[in-house]
Amino acid sequence: MNALKPLWLSVALAAALTGVSSISAQAAEYLIDTKGAHAFIQFRVKHLGYSWLYGRFNEFGGTFSYDEAKPDASKISVDIKTTSLDSSHAERDKHLRSKDFLDTDAFPTAKFVSTSYKSTGAKTASLTGDLTLHGVTKPVVIAVEFIGSGSDPWGGFRAGFEGKTTIKGADFGIAMEKKLGPAAAEIELILSVEGVRQGDAAKK
Amino acid sequence: MPLKNTDKTYGWVAIVMHWVSAIVVLGLFFLGLWMSDLDYYHAWYKTAPDIHRSIGVVLIGFTLLRLLWRSVNIKPTELLDSPGWQLTLARVIHGLLYTWFFFMFVSGYLITTAKGQGLEVFNWFVIPALITGVENMEDTAGGVHLGLACGFMCLVFLHAGAALFHHFVKRDNTLRKMLGQTPK
Repeated sequence: MNALKPLWLSVALAAALTGVSSISAQAAEYLIDTKGAHAFIQFRVKHLGYSWLYGRFNEFGGTFSYDEAKPDASKISVDIKTTSLDSSHAERDKHLRSKDFLDTDAFPTAKFVSTSYKSTGAKTASLTGDLTLHGVTKPVVIAVEFIGSGSDPWGGFRAGFEGKTTIKGADFGIAMEKKLGPAAAEIELILSVEGVRQGDAAKK
Repeated sequence: MPLKNTDKTYGWVAIVMHWVSAIVVLGLFFLGLWMSDLDYYHAWYKTAPDIHRSIGVVLIGFTLLRLLWRSVNIKPTELLDSPGWQLTLARVIHGLLYTWFFFMFVSGYLITTAKGQGLEVFNWFVIPALITGVENMEDTAGGVHLGLACGFMCLVFLHAGAALFHHFVKRDNTLRKMLGQTPK
């Protein structure tokens, strides 16, 4: 029991201090909470034009900076392990990782690095950045919605966003249309990230 | 032709099982190569793998029966006039061929079931997934399945080549025993 005491104290102290620091929100670095799986990189593609097929990348990581007072200074960078593609079907995942599509042996990672963030409303923004996928880097514009931010019950501070964009497989050298038909030419990306503000532990 | 093996020749059950296996193995090999390259909109894109998986499972059951039958039969006498190394090599290749059936089955099964889907056999029954959650297991198993298939063909080539060598060069009973022909 004695051994637990310092831990209990530090958690209480951290919670109290975070409550104070969250009042004056400053431009802060956030680490995307992939550890707790509060972030998702999902895609959807039309199957034959009759339905939506959903998949995701299970392994990725990144950071963003966000200041509610100066949202246009926001930045994000995400690295994605393309081999972690998961569409809940082993044979399809194997096919999607093969040379026919993502060629994950040759291109095991994808990357997104933002170049600008422009607010378009109280909670919406247009995020531009360079997406590297299948060895091709192209600018993409992501429609971002700020979902919310605040203290979490465990002494941290979190902020979350959801972004949506549509890319064409062919733009990244992935023969979606050729292999899967015209309905599969476009890939919708649904990006949901929650970040834990860094440095809060240091303030304790 | 006897039902069971004798010391001179194979019985017809063993002969039929051998040649059915031979045809199915070659069929699965070429079906497997062909279906991997099919276009998504090809009429066989979905059906060919269904058939490949189902036949593969039936073949492994058939092979178990074959091994069972082999265990309750005598083996026709080996050609003791062949050099010892040839006899050893023949035994090793026979052993490898039997073993290969199981390696092929396991590696194929692991592709299909890697994410928890069962392996459906002709709308007849489903073999459930046992091992899931291993990172990229479907890719590893796929590479192994293809590599083993090519290895299988090498073994088949050696096995058939040796049979033809005995038949046409040494002109002995090796192949005749497996064709149901009267030994010379």
